[in-house]
Amino acid sequence: MLSRTASSLYWIGRYVERADFTSRLIEATVRLDALSSRPAGEAAWMSALTVIDAVAAFESLGQPMVQRHAAPFLTLSTTHPGSILSCIEMARDNARSVRTALSREAWSAINHAWLLFSNHQAPANIGALLNMVELVQSDMRSFAGALSRMLKHPLTMFIQLGAAIERADNTARLLDVKYHILLPEGEAVGGAIDRDQWTTILQTVSAVNAYRLIYSEGLKPAHVIEFLTLRPELPRSLLSCAEDVDNLLYGIAQSTHLFAEADSLAKTRLAQLRRTSAREIIRGGLHEYLEDFIAQNALLDGAISRQFRFV
Amino acid sequence: MTSRTFDELYAVSDQNTPREELAALATWLNDTPLPELERRQKAAELAFRQLGITFAVYGEEAAAERIIPFDIVPRIFTAPEWQRLQAGLTQRVQAINAFLCDIYGEQRILKEGKIPADIILTNPQFRKELVGVRPPHDVWAHIAGIDLVRTSADDFWVLEDNCRTPSGVSYMLENREATIRLCPELFRMFRVATVDSYPDLLLEMMRAVAPVHRQPHPTCVILTPGRYNSAYYEHSFLADNIGIELVEAADLVVENDIVWMRTITGLVQVDVVYRRIDDDYLDPEVFRPDSMLGVKGLMRAWRAGNVTIVNAPGTGIADDKAIYSYMPEIVRFYTGAEPLLPIVQTWRCREPEALAYVLDHLPELVVKLVDGSGGYGMLVGPTATVAEIEAFRLAIIDNPQRYIAQPTLALSTVPTLTGKAVAPRHVDFRPFVLSSPNGVVKMVPGGLTRVALKEGSLIVNSSQGGGTKDSFVLIGKA
Repeated sequence: MLSRTASSLYWIGRYVERADFTSRLIEATVRLDALSSRPAGEAAWMSALTVIDAVAAFESLGQPMVQRHAAPFLTLSTTHPGSILSCIEMARDNARSVRTALSREAWSAINHAWLLFSNHQAPANIGALLNMVELVQSDMRSFAGALSRMLKHPLTMFIQLGAAIERADNTARLLDVKYHILLPEGEAVGGAIDRDQWTTILQTVSAVNAYRLIYSEGLKPAHVIEFLTLRPELPRSLLSCAEDVDNLLYGIAQSTHLFAEADSLAKTRLAQLRRTSAREIIRGGLHEYLEDFIAQNALLDGAISRQFRFV
Repeated sequence: MTSRTFDELYAVSDQNTPREELAALATWLNDTPLPELERRQKAAELAFRQLGITFAVYGEEAAAERIIPFDIVPRIFTAPEWQRLQAGLTQRVQAINAFLCDIYGEQRILKEGKIPADIILTNPQFRKELVGVRPPHDVWAHIAGIDLVRTSADDFWVLEDNCRTPSGVSYMLENREATIRLCPELFRMFRVATVDSYPDLLLEMMRAVAPVHRQPHPTCVILTPGRYNSAYYEHSFLADNIGIELVEAADLVVENDIVWMRTITGLVQVDVVYRRIDDDYLDPEVFRPDSMLGVKGLMRAWRAGNVTIVNAPGTGIADDKAIYSYMPEIVRFYTGAEPLLPIVQTWRCREPEALAYVLDHLPELVVKLVDGSGGYGMLVGPTATVAEIEAFRLAIIDNPQRYIAQPTLALSTVPTLTGKAVAPRHVDFRPFVLSSPNGVVKMVPGGLTRVALKEGSLIVNSSQGGGTKDSFVLIGKA
């Protein structure tokens, strides 16, 4: 397989996943915004922009940090590389160059999202905004569905590998929202708003009911943290993502007969996650743990690029 | 040459008696109601539009422009007709390869005065720097698309040779798929030879022309300018159907005169490059230094005999319109036989007598720029306005050496759906001829039929409102 092909497929996986994540982040933020203190939920949008490292880019526009400005920045901006539109465009551009490596359905899902977003007007209100992010999630689900029906071949695995790396990064960032968003003054830790913020995070990964299925004692922050980091049942948990990455690298190595840096980094990370408990994570500081994880994930991404000679 | 138009189904357009061998097609056309034909035509269009979107992939409007119309009424050759064509094509393509070997080698044909030396040596398509180079197995034009026209039951003419990077073969294959899907009953009425072995023949040829030391398992690739090229669909279609990599320039690197491609497991040596990039852009070291599409060092590797380039650089001289009129001499010189396929009578305006004749007869002639293509830079006298003719007259007088002229041929017609009814439209035909070592020439029984959709038009180019048809070659009675 050409390195360029592998690289394009990997980045299709990453960009599609990132578009999906950004849409989920917007949903979460709209909800947190509604719960937030004055002025006008600035803290909620600040936290959203912080987790995706986009505060400086947004502030350079000189606009107030409210939904009316932040939402178009995160969805339709053509200058912000992390906007949903930018992600879809990048995914589509990569897909075009490896068109024949994708099934028709997989291509259609990306193309459909692109047609929708590239002709979209800025959402007039919250309802329109939520509709818009729901549509993108629907296309991204179609893409995932198409992917699961594609040949079990390294071509497909590179897309899935990109998606798994991106998903690991995104789950870590999402959980970190809770660190960045402050409780309104006078609100107690463990109080109603604190609980609602944790619920929002579960909702964002569509896992409220799943959480109830696994944990019978009700909503506890320590459980939510464990659920999103270490539970193998949750497909988006850090552990699940690390397992996916390891499996996919193994699958690719079956055809390349090459085990190198990325394979060993992925295995080390997986072993560490399996040895870790939620208590240890909380004791060491959740934010610090997540920061470390994101940095480690970036190292793994770099190792993958080197190993498969992406240019 | 007859002035009456020959219809391939009815022999003469205004007659209602079909040619005996093709009578079933006339019956089919009469028995299938027009709305049903139109429904199928629309279905074909829809299928091609979907394909078109995957091929152009730009916004919807742009994609729509890039669909070449497909007409569902096939054009049919009988077995004896095809046998004649095949023999003529084989002879012609063998001669073309011998000619290329000679003019980039000993230049016997010039020394013996069979064609004027200056017409080769001063031609921009002749690459002086390649003199003395011998490509692997001495094959130059591996893939040739020979444009043929017909004027009567027995008269076929070569209109043009395409020896650089002829395109359109994906339409030959896609058109057949569409006909099988939409008009399956035709294949019960006629025993049609299949064309779907083309990708296999192409791969077989590519393997055979690989450098000897890299056989028997050479690595073959298709080199494309990239996804913004209008023929990108064909490039990826061929790569997929052959099962080889479709590479861009950035995927290749030349080190120590060896071509490598960058893969996920490291550099892999490449032995055969089927390039869909013009000579000018092929290697910035040798040709245009500003080319972003080319591979630096590719020509060094080719000269060193480490890679086969399909088609070889420099083949443009063989399909140059200024050379065309000498093709009968070329065929005789290298094959020792009379040409089986004639060329169209051609006046070279560089010769004073011919120039005088051309200027006197402009309203009857077709005048072409020797370096024009795609139906541009062309005057069709009988349909041109007086102003157009006068403009051409001035241009020819200014630069006679740039023009040739030919009689206006009454190109054959084939029944075609026109929106209102089925009516005759003019066609041409491009079969694709593959050359392997030792003069082995192969082709699939078929090719690309282009049809001028405008009533009376003789210009079949897709850029000028032309469409395509499936081309049936019948299997002889067993």
